[in-house]
Amino acid sequence: MKKSVEFIIEKLVLLSGIASIVFVILIFVFLLKEGLSLFGETNLFSFLFGKNWYPISDPPQFGILPLILGSLLVTLGAIVIAVPLGIAAAVYVAEVAPVWLRDILKSGIELLAAIPSIVLGFIGIVTLAPFLKNVFHLPSGLTALAGSIMLAFMALPTIVSIIEDAIVSVPKNYREGSLALGATRWQTIYRVILPAASSGILAAIMLGIGRVIGETMAVLMITGNAAVLPTSILQPVRTLTATIAAEMGEAVSGSGHYYSLFAIGIILFIFSFIINLLADFFLHRKRA
Amino acid sequence: MRDTQRTERIAFAVLLIATIIVIIPVGLIVLLVLWRGLPALTPEFLLAMPRDGMRAGGIFPAIVGTFYLTLGTAAFAIPFGILAAIYLNEYAGQNWLTRVIEIAIINLAGVPSIVYGLFGLGLFVTFLGFGASILAGSLTLSIMTLPVIITATREALSTVPRSFREVSFSLGASRWQTVRHVVLPNAIPGILTGTILGLSRAAGETAPILFTVAAFYLPRLPQSVYDQAMALPYHIYVLSTQVPNVSVKIQYGTVLALVLMVFLLNITASVIRAKFRKRKTW
Repeated sequence: MKKSVEFIIEKLVLLSGIASIVFVILIFVFLLKEGLSLFGETNLFSFLFGKNWYPISDPPQFGILPLILGSLLVTLGAIVIAVPLGIAAAVYVAEVAPVWLRDILKSGIELLAAIPSIVLGFIGIVTLAPFLKNVFHLPSGLTALAGSIMLAFMALPTIVSIIEDAIVSVPKNYREGSLALGATRWQTIYRVILPAASSGILAAIMLGIGRVIGETMAVLMITGNAAVLPTSILQPVRTLTATIAAEMGEAVSGSGHYYSLFAIGIILFIFSFIINLLADFFLHRKRA
Repeated sequence: MRDTQRTERIAFAVLLIATIIVIIPVGLIVLLVLWRGLPALTPEFLLAMPRDGMRAGGIFPAIVGTFYLTLGTAAFAIPFGILAAIYLNEYAGQNWLTRVIEIAIINLAGVPSIVYGLFGLGLFVTFLGFGASILAGSLTLSIMTLPVIITATREALSTVPRSFREVSFSLGASRWQTVRHVVLPNAIPGILTGTILGLSRAAGETAPILFTVAAFYLPRLPQSVYDQAMALPYHIYVLSTQVPNVSVKIQYGTVLALVLMVFLLNITASVIRAKFRKRKTW
């Protein structure tokens, strides 16, 4: 009796463990199942590099280059803002701030992580967009820049907490050795601690990019949604994720439009897969 | 010497300013939502049906919808997640299978939320024929939440000292008896904290429910798990981008309702974590 219970439990937990693998495969299979049907209508090259996204014109054109560039532009902007701020904030929290302030700052960052993206999108519409409109004298504040700023904030909790972990796990004797040699705390931070934590910093940047490129609702709401080739960061753009969210509701099931949105999903899935493997690689290198 | 000290002072000041730039907007956002949202948050607003194309009335069906979705997510994700974590921490060896499962979990955690929406549409809504329903939405959200729960539970299990298990084994207890009576009771607070945080994320998600459950305007309560439902996050999206001339008061009220729900879950998790830290004696 006891033996059979043990046996059943053992198989049950094994199956639950394997379920994660099954889910990843299922996600990929279902994206492929719907997405690959597109390539009867158009070829991979004109899908990836086509300059026109007119999914419901006659004949439709499924070029996602404007969407890819839109995603890249917004992501690049967000990373340029978030990485220096994230590194600085993590260093401050881990190395400089007094204990009482450290706890307040960490709670604040946790709070930011807890705010749903739809709420940040709404706040972006009512505060950030009008602000940018006035500052840059634009016809509308809903631009790639607004998206970048908002996404930078959404990526910051991830970036800060991973870099902070990396800094805290730098062995204590590195720090003590440096200080004993007469280095100041600041010299120790940027000559010893940051280089020692560099793998963690790279992992944080990778995961930040993953978070930003996959973010959907906030970008859908504040980037202005124009599926055209972007020429400036002060112009409305449309990202890959926002396109799926905005158009799937109206896409007729089984149409080229429907398949093309799944094909965009394949691109996003592959991209996030690579980013996460890279981040995992950097995190494990740190431990080794 | 004086130069290096001045450099340090300047450097620390720059770090402080950067940190302030990160933190201040968080405070401002919370204050803004409270200040503009609180006047709207009357019992009537929370408990009434929306009227006049959502330009008046309340948000009751959206609250109920989000509550059901969170409950459904919990029902699927918690058992699966805890069992998977027990496997990884208590049963699995250091082999290729464990490594593959770990990589799968990392990738599940990184899949964009809108891709979960596509997946849910493809598998649950269309292939399995659940239609846009609470069932399809909960299943989609639960797969998205799974990696959070697995990671948190695994962490909680791994903080239970090895010696606890060794004593249990040496008394003749089997592996499952050890897990059931020794490891799990000591890990419960950590598991709860992680699970609640995962659920609070699911409650605030919009993209995965767009095509799997969310109803634009449905001024009645869902009758079964095969029903569509309104949900707070999607309702915010609708109110702020899809319906013209919605009063700011209703918009902020809905935003505050969601924020309060999510924060309440987060605070619960923090309280459990804080209590546990105090009680922990090893």
